[in-house]
Amino acid sequence: MSVDKDTVRKVARLARIAVPEERLEPLSKELNGILAWIEQLNEVDVEGVDPMTTPVAMKLPMREDVISDGNIRDQVLANAPKSEDGFFVVPKVVE
Amino acid sequence: MTNLTKLTLADAVDGLKAKKFSSQEITQAFVTEIEKSNATLNAYVVVTGEKALEMAKASDAKLAKGQGGRLEGAPLGIKDLFSTKGVRTTACSNILGEFTPTYESTVTQNLWDAGSVMLGKLNMDEFAMGSANETSRFGPPSNPWRRKGSNVKLTAGGSSGGSATAVSADLCLAATASDTGGSIRQPAAFTGIVGIKPTYGRASRYGMVAFASSLDQAGPLAKTVKDAALMLEVMCSGDKKDSTSLHLPVPEWTKSVGKSVKGMKIGVPKEYRVDGMPEEIEKLWQQGIAWMKAAGAEIVDVSLPHTKYALPAYYIVAPAEASSNLARYDGIRYGARESGDGSLTSTYETTRAKGFGAEVQRRLMIGTYVLSAGYYDAYYLRAQKVRTKILQDFEEAFKQCDALLTPATPSAAFGYGEKGDDPVAMYLNDIFTVTANLAGLPAIALPAGLDAQGLPLGLQVIGKALDEESCFKVAAAIEDAAAFKARPEKWW
Repeated sequence: MSVDKDTVRKVARLARIAVPEERLEPLSKELNGILAWIEQLNEVDVEGVDPMTTPVAMKLPMREDVISDGNIRDQVLANAPKSEDGFFVVPKVVE
Repeated sequence: MTNLTKLTLADAVDGLKAKKFSSQEITQAFVTEIEKSNATLNAYVVVTGEKALEMAKASDAKLAKGQGGRLEGAPLGIKDLFSTKGVRTTACSNILGEFTPTYESTVTQNLWDAGSVMLGKLNMDEFAMGSANETSRFGPPSNPWRRKGSNVKLTAGGSSGGSATAVSADLCLAATASDTGGSIRQPAAFTGIVGIKPTYGRASRYGMVAFASSLDQAGPLAKTVKDAALMLEVMCSGDKKDSTSLHLPVPEWTKSVGKSVKGMKIGVPKEYRVDGMPEEIEKLWQQGIAWMKAAGAEIVDVSLPHTKYALPAYYIVAPAEASSNLARYDGIRYGARESGDGSLTSTYETTRAKGFGAEVQRRLMIGTYVLSAGYYDAYYLRAQKVRTKILQDFEEAFKQCDALLTPATPSAAFGYGEKGDDPVAMYLNDIFTVTANLAGLPAIALPAGLDAQGLPLGLQVIGKALDEESCFKVAAAIEDAAAFKARPEKWW
């Protein structure tokens, strides 16, 4: 499988990373290098094998359905790059 | 009182309890040493000297009354991956800006509850992605070790390079670290110290900046096997805030240190003899085998046939999980924001393009690609199945033995830039360590000798799931036999 420039552009979009046009070609080379190396996995017979979950079998714990935290608006906003009147300020989303 | 910084953690804790010196004295000694050395070594990215002395004062008050926790008054360094309330935590990434948590990670909370003192936050690869600590936004630390007769700056390994540098250069008694593919054990080997990654789930991941959630595990870097055991006992706990943490009692691992290995069966996996491995590593391994035999253990040849597939599987699973975890960095709720052309999409895309370094971007792209429509089964699902095969290899091997002995790394510490710019060449550093992450098993690395250039080399002991005890027993026996006392010559 080979990743071309258009695929890199598409993947960058999906990953929400702005990649300048001149970086697409070098990135496709790097990604192809890594992916070619990963292809070795096709040699392994995984027929009937379950995907790994955990080395120690345990039941996923259930917690009580009660409120254990909250009323910390100022803490939630403390690291916001931009906030106003207790809200996050974001770019205009709806026209 | 000049040598307080050179004490082991266990000796320092005993000295504090016996009131041979105060926490304020030892803390001040470390703060002074950090002030002198950090500009050169770049181990700390935040120094919390004042906070440290306040904590030390509180510890002294407790110690004076004969009270205090297991690590009361002991100064530690914290990898910048652990959220620390009120102290900047960025995982050494620009995207986190000046992020200052309003909460504390469970692992560090456990350490403070036991009375330890925080000296500051330690350098690391950005989001723990790297094997040389060169992807940090703050630049790389310098390994205190150098080749004989050379002043070439060497890497302390990665991603926990700052933690390893600080412990090895006596800038803290011990440090926290984290290990996703070898990030505790490879730096331990490169700096002549001890590091253990426990069984997946032993330590809570709450408040740790996430990289690959099914692989990430916290552990300590320390000067001795006993110190590592003491740190790990305090760090581990079942935690309601992390649903993958194990709600099991934490064993008294410090008591495993010094127990006889007589009659234990130690497996030697033939697949860990890789092409191009320096002869010195092979020699060290044989030496380790001889030490175990002399201590009364039985050596068993075992096979882990899927070893060669571990790294390729890792480079699917880890980037895939990272691409999902790091989706949270959108420039909206915390961290740095770039506006681009002012639209929402452009805000996301430019924030992430400016905030993430090249290696992180590369891995996010790989992760996004392997998870994208039509590829999930071919890549991620297949890799997770290969993980099962790797775990089955271990389970087979452990039918014949109690623990495995391997080299920790395929080479000694290298110089920055010596690996060239092929990412895959850098990835191969983790060839001996990554299997334990994929299988979730405990593994410890410790120094066992020096190479011809005078650099430390490490051995690794891998245990069964939940059997850290065997790791500590075997490691302590090797530590005893190796009597590794070499220290880096002070040049900084």
